[in-house]
Amino acid sequence: MSDWPLLTITTFLPLVGALFILTIRGTPDVVARNARNVALLTSLATFLVSLLVWVYFDPNTAAFQLVDKARWLPGSNISYHMGVDGISMFFVLLSTFLTPICILASWEAIETRVKEYMISFLVLETMMVGMFCALDTVLFYVFFEGVLIPMFIIIGVWGGPRRVYAAFKFFLYTLAGSVLMLLALLAMYFQAGTTDIPSLMAHGYPFEMQIWLWLAFFVSFAVKVPMWPVHTWLPDAHVEAPTAGSVILAGVLLKMGAYGFLRFSVPMLPLASEYFTPLVYTLSIVAVVYTSLVALVQEDMKKLIAYSSVAHMGFVTIGIFALTPQAVEGALFQMLSHGIVSGALFLCVGVVYDRMHTREIGRYGGLVQRMPKYAAVFMLFMLASVGLPGTSGFVGEFLVLLGVFQVNSWVALFAASGLILGAAYMLYLYRRVVFGKLVREDLRSILDLSGREIAVFAPLVAVVLWMGIYPSSFLGYMHASVANLIDKYQLALSAVDAVSMAAR
Amino acid sequence: MYVAAVFLPLIGAIVAGLFGRWIGDRGAQVVTCGLVGLSAILSIPIFLAVVIGGQPQSIELFTWMQSGSLDASWALKFDTLTAVMLIVVTWVSFMVHVYSIGYMHHDHSIPRFQSYLSLFTFFMLMLVTADNLIQLFFGWEGVGLASYLLIGFWYEKPSANAAAIKAFIVNRVGDFGFALGIFGAFFLFDSVVFDAIFAAAPDKAAETVVFFGTEWHAITIICLLLFVGAMGKSAQLGLHTWLPDAMEGPTPVSALIHAATMVTAGVFMVARMSPLFEYSDTALTVVTLVGAFTAIFAATVGCVQNDIKRIIAYSTCSQLGYMFFAIGVSAYQAAIFHLMTHAFFKALLFLGAGSVIHAMSDEQDIRRMGGIWRHIKLTWALMWIGSLALAGIPFFAGYFSKDMILEAAWGAHTPVGTLAFWLGIGAAFLTAFYSWRLLILTFHGQPRADEHVMAHVHESPPVMTVPLIVLAIGAIFAGFVGYESFVGHGMQEFWGNSILVLKGHDAIENAHHAPFWVKTLPVFVALAGIAMAYLFYMFAPALPKMLAARFQGAYQFLLNKWYFDELYDFLFVKPAFVLGQGFWKTGDGALIDGLGPDGVAAASRDIARRMSWLQSGYVYHYAFAMIIGVAAFVTWYMFNMG
Repeated sequence: MSDWPLLTITTFLPLVGALFILTIRGTPDVVARNARNVALLTSLATFLVSLLVWVYFDPNTAAFQLVDKARWLPGSNISYHMGVDGISMFFVLLSTFLTPICILASWEAIETRVKEYMISFLVLETMMVGMFCALDTVLFYVFFEGVLIPMFIIIGVWGGPRRVYAAFKFFLYTLAGSVLMLLALLAMYFQAGTTDIPSLMAHGYPFEMQIWLWLAFFVSFAVKVPMWPVHTWLPDAHVEAPTAGSVILAGVLLKMGAYGFLRFSVPMLPLASEYFTPLVYTLSIVAVVYTSLVALVQEDMKKLIAYSSVAHMGFVTIGIFALTPQAVEGALFQMLSHGIVSGALFLCVGVVYDRMHTREIGRYGGLVQRMPKYAAVFMLFMLASVGLPGTSGFVGEFLVLLGVFQVNSWVALFAASGLILGAAYMLYLYRRVVFGKLVREDLRSILDLSGREIAVFAPLVAVVLWMGIYPSSFLGYMHASVANLIDKYQLALSAVDAVSMAAR
Repeated sequence: MYVAAVFLPLIGAIVAGLFGRWIGDRGAQVVTCGLVGLSAILSIPIFLAVVIGGQPQSIELFTWMQSGSLDASWALKFDTLTAVMLIVVTWVSFMVHVYSIGYMHHDHSIPRFQSYLSLFTFFMLMLVTADNLIQLFFGWEGVGLASYLLIGFWYEKPSANAAAIKAFIVNRVGDFGFALGIFGAFFLFDSVVFDAIFAAAPDKAAETVVFFGTEWHAITIICLLLFVGAMGKSAQLGLHTWLPDAMEGPTPVSALIHAATMVTAGVFMVARMSPLFEYSDTALTVVTLVGAFTAIFAATVGCVQNDIKRIIAYSTCSQLGYMFFAIGVSAYQAAIFHLMTHAFFKALLFLGAGSVIHAMSDEQDIRRMGGIWRHIKLTWALMWIGSLALAGIPFFAGYFSKDMILEAAWGAHTPVGTLAFWLGIGAAFLTAFYSWRLLILTFHGQPRADEHVMAHVHESPPVMTVPLIVLAIGAIFAGFVGYESFVGHGMQEFWGNSILVLKGHDAIENAHHAPFWVKTLPVFVALAGIAMAYLFYMFAPALPKMLAARFQGAYQFLLNKWYFDELYDFLFVKPAFVLGQGFWKTGDGALIDGLGPDGVAAASRDIARRMSWLQSGYVYHYAFAMIIGVAAFVTWYMFNMG
């Protein structure tokens, strides 16, 4: 079975489901019900297939695995090339894991245009998975940009009152970045004569060119991460997006930028990466401290979590550019953990939003009295977000900070202050929403988690604890690829040092 | 056996927490008390095997984090230090579990309470059995979580919620230092496992590192960072502000977490790290000074508080100061000895106070008590025992341990040691004074409560008093029994390799040869303190009021706890919110969005509007523009041609 084109199946299976939904006919009720069922089944099947990727993945090599390769545009030396390594493999799983959860979470929340909604989600899944598997820059670019379209539609059609503003802000911000990336990709193609990512990684570029390419990539990826100061699209997009849209946005889309750094900037442009590391550190630290403080004063739950995402992604970018084994693995782990935890937190907001139709923190209080199960679930994810040991959040943050301390203690010092601020805004949020006296009349009849909602949260709870208590089952698959990344990077730097020594 | 002792409370917590609704209040109590009790019983054979049998154990469960050269496992380490802590933690916890059955019987979420208590016990056991810094950190943050949950147990009270958050965040400030200390240790030793670090420490004793742009003696900076963590957890001066507020939690919680066990985690951690601290005189000096000043500071505040639990809380803070300055003069054994005796008598005092509060219909202000000793004689007698032990009156537990600490401070023969000795003597005087102030105002004199409350005063049920009696036995005998092994001649054999004291750091040895006045002075000041309390509150009750009025400034200063809360509020809390608001509205709103997307959008709209004026739709406008264009073109053409 291992010679099946697993990645291609994982990528395009959702698209098949989407086509199938397209053919559903009947009364609106029937269409909605069938669309939901087909979407759920398709995404579950995709998840099961993607588990095979994990099973057949060999953790002992840094090479790309499960490779599917076909000639696509032979005249231009462009091919259909898919494959995963220890860096991208878990993002494929993260995408396929979150999609069924999102579909289940939208079961009752989405009542209009259900068919189109489910199609958008399945297309989105194809794009996300494809983006993490693509090993050809053209293919990558297609998926990378393709993600934007269904997301734009999800926010713009099923979003809140200011959805159009948010959707356009999201689209323009990310598109503006992508234009520069396209230019960089073209420049690389003309320089190296290929669009094959493994070949591009082996191709060395002159320092001057690296600088320009790096900056072009940086703009694109920094918007996606998002890094300060290009983060302001995120709170708006989150606030207006439907719950499941927020989950995917925070869970997977934010990882695309950081993944880009690991796939393009660091391995292809090592000299420029080293040159710009202080810039990344600075922006990341500003992100951690600044957005944490902003999160502290938010009155909208989703906005608060959106800002906290920016702060958490600050840890990720620090980790990537610290380039020690702990820091990079920590950054990868933090991305996975953040994908699960912030997704779960958005779902927690969604639960009460579905009941009360408001996200204003001041409208809640004392929920624990009516909703003990909800309070317990929310508590766990809050603690994971705060980085309590034993949850997934701790492992990522701790490894990043430990790793970066080995190369720059100042950065670790400032970033670690995020631990204090993070605790402050999350506990403060939890206190205002869940604790206190239940005084509002309309909250007195609020219902605790339903069976469907428990089914949504249960896998997330399990994964958060699993990742926190036995992270080896994830870290073990990253070692080889991360070590390879760092070795290549060090090699490139020392080669340049040797040249400059010889020239002297 | 070893693994079970640690994990049984976790099972209890999970069962009571998740299935509380099915097994009911009684079921939850039986399960949690039973499992913690079992773990308490197991702690005895463990203690015997490890300490008496001289068989330290190390059990590796499975890998936790492995990345690069970092390798941390879930592993349990049992040596003498751990075994002592194990006994203290499990037994005090068991007593508190049982006591809670009586104390909380009116409450409507008993399973949740019992579950939290057991959860706390589990985290505390993970902390004391850790074999590497990261697992220690796991227990460390875990007890912080349990403390947060239990302080905020009555979540309807805004003050309890505020206190819970405060405790968590102030502890996080300490943990911030602790985490940096771990990173530093990994940087220096390339390992986080205790045995590896301790083995390498002598070789690294002279190394320097550059952290934060400054060159440091490597071990000193690591120890100082770790000590910041200890200051947070053990409520030392500067990071103590959360402890008095933590009294918002139910009283059994205060006894277990905020007196006997969790707050002593800092002391335990520094004792555990003794093979590191020993190589840094600077760090030890800092520990001594912080400890000594905390001891006296908290004692001064304790003298003027009126809430029965807050007085005991400040007393705890002060006693922790004693433990730290003992550590600072390398008398780790004395510190752990005091930790143990203190656990018994302070838990006794808190639970006794709980019994009083229970009897007084939830009254906590000692100004509205008085004259109740006749009604609750057993509680009264037990509180006396606790106070006698706390004040260090001969042959009660505190006498042995506290005197040892003071003698060791004197025996260090260093300027800071001597300073700590005198501050400790001052604190001993105040300790006796506030303890008897509490006793006299609570139990003696005329009743000051209203008749309704007085009519209800009743002794607590046996489920509450029996644990008190057990603790009282500890408070009487623990010092006498433990003295020889902990700090006397059997010391070397007892501690084995669990604590390292370098040659030349022989404060304890010198303490045994201290002159007569050093040995007797603590007892005299304690008696003087008691005498003054009798004078002030029994014989001349007008005197304290007069003093307070006469020295209004000083009184207010003490009553308001040296204004630490106000200072921190002004320095950190308010600015954080102001900055956050500013960054949000000005930074994100006006600057980034204003100049970025919104600005670009506005600009393009503006340009488009201007452009649209050109397209007015009138033919003569277009004709006019065309004529100008043609004229300009012709002119240009003619000039160029000509």
